[in-house]
Amino acid sequence: MNGKPLVSIVSAGLSKFGKQEGLYARELFAQAVKEAFDRCPRLEPKRDIKAMFVGHMGESYEHQGHTGSTVADWAGLLNIPATRTEAACASSGAALRSGIYAVLSGLADVVLVGGVEKMTHRSTAEVTEYLAMASDYPFEQWHGITFPGLYALMATAHLHDYGTTERQMAMVAVKNHYHGNLNPKAHMQKEITVEKALSSRVVASPLKLYDCSLITDGASCVILTKPEQAGKFTDSPVHIVGSGQASDTIGLYERKSFTSLLSAKLAANTAYGMAAVKPEEVDVAEIHDCFTISEIMAYEDLGFCAAGDGGKLIESGETRLGRGIPVNTSGGLKAKGHPVGATGTAQAYEMYLQLTEQADKRQVKDARVGLTHNVGGSGATATVHIYRSAL
Amino acid sequence: MSTQEPFTIEQFYKFLGQRKLMAGKCTRCGKIHLPPRPLCDECFSQEFEWTEVSGKGKLLTYSIIHVAPQQFQGMAPYAVGIIKLENGIKIPGMIAGATQEQLKIGMDLTIDFGTCNTAQPWPQWPRYCFKRWSSSSKRKIRQKKGSKTEFR
Ligand SMILES: [Zn+2]
Repeated sequence: MNGKPLVSIVSAGLSKFGKQEGLYARELFAQAVKEAFDRCPRLEPKRDIKAMFVGHMGESYEHQGHTGSTVADWAGLLNIPATRTEAACASSGAALRSGIYAVLSGLADVVLVGGVEKMTHRSTAEVTEYLAMASDYPFEQWHGITFPGLYALMATAHLHDYGTTERQMAMVAVKNHYHGNLNPKAHMQKEITVEKALSSRVVASPLKLYDCSLITDGASCVILTKPEQAGKFTDSPVHIVGSGQASDTIGLYERKSFTSLLSAKLAANTAYGMAAVKPEEVDVAEIHDCFTISEIMAYEDLGFCAAGDGGKLIESGETRLGRGIPVNTSGGLKAKGHPVGATGTAQAYEMYLQLTEQADKRQVKDARVGLTHNVGGSGATATVHIYRSAL
Repeated sequence: MSTQEPFTIEQFYKFLGQRKLMAGKCTRCGKIHLPPRPLCDECFSQEFEWTEVSGKGKLLTYSIIHVAPQQFQGMAPYAVGIIKLENGIKIPGMIAGATQEQLKIGMDLTIDFGTCNTAQPWPQWPRYCFKRWSSSSKRKIRQKKGSKTEFR
């Protein structure tokens, strides 16, 4: 493919992220599609959109499955084919992949891909249990290993093997809260200090409350079309030039390494190769920081630094807005929030804003190449996408 | 060893209830599967034999879980880890009675079949856990009556 656009994003939408009292998933999704439709006046949704894929992880939250058709209805898009994709926290990364398949196959010229999760009406214990469903049941959940617990196992190994520190992990939280404070749609709109992060209560050692992403309600979507048709809908599309997805064992315990996600490395290699882009050419990235250690590991898996140097990279400040490679300008899962099924396409939404220079206070100057990294569970799924500005 | 039993997770836990840690060994390529599986992911053979695995191993990584799901809330905080058994197979589990200070990567652990029974309809699997065993570790794990391990 060598850098040729696979598909083009012609519009994008995002609901407010946070505690959305009394709003169901389908109602949140309607907020996201409304923004995407309004941003693209040349698009006639009922005429143009031919298919839809929507990421949604858990039917337990609202006692509601069959999400594809449900949200297609609330989006005003009946009777197009609408399918839910599920890959835990990478559910809408998988929706994005599915949309690319659909456009490239020629079966649908214009596709809406998105994701949604409604979580905050449930107790922490319930959410802990639902999130754990992304991990292995017979050997992990059954033995009391929670979802934060799995990343804690990775963190313990990373701290041990590479000398990464809890302070460096806290710096990820501080940076992402700083960015989140610049994003009016972020769940958390306040900055924090390293000391505050380090003194928060332990969730699963060495992970503390401020090492964990947020329980959030939210929805996101982007609209894809063939690159040669993008001009019909917008003068400033964003091209997706690389797409990678890979799987790995559902059980963390079966893997060779606990300090790196093989699925993310494989997905990144595929995407970089397709895009003909090198890690050092990436101007802005949205990384799956479900826990602070995940962002540190992702720096390494994505080639932003060498294996083991992720802690040093956050400490250098290079991933902060205004520096070499700003990561999670939206606030990331840590401060923007992590409505699980919505996260993959919420990352694509941020790339759309950044690469069309609409990111306002958090705009990365001269951003032309972007990357998103969306991980399912403890890494049994990873998707990586690379974007190029048409400006 | 009998080859009648199916090479399944259900059967793994049945053996565990008999205080045996059992793995499936592919008779074509020799790969050892724990948990056992009915199709070898290496060579796609469906021919296996049961092999008993030593429950002794070393701790690869660990965490103390403080925020637990409903079912485990009464036990929290509790230690979990991934253990590399003597034959190289890795297996996760709780580590009975261990505190953050006592846990060290590389420490010796052994399986404990003393388990809590659960009243739920499915699954009715027993729970193993790990405990410290090496002679260098003098501390004894508190034991309840019988041989059941107390988790906290
Ligand atoms: Zn085999």
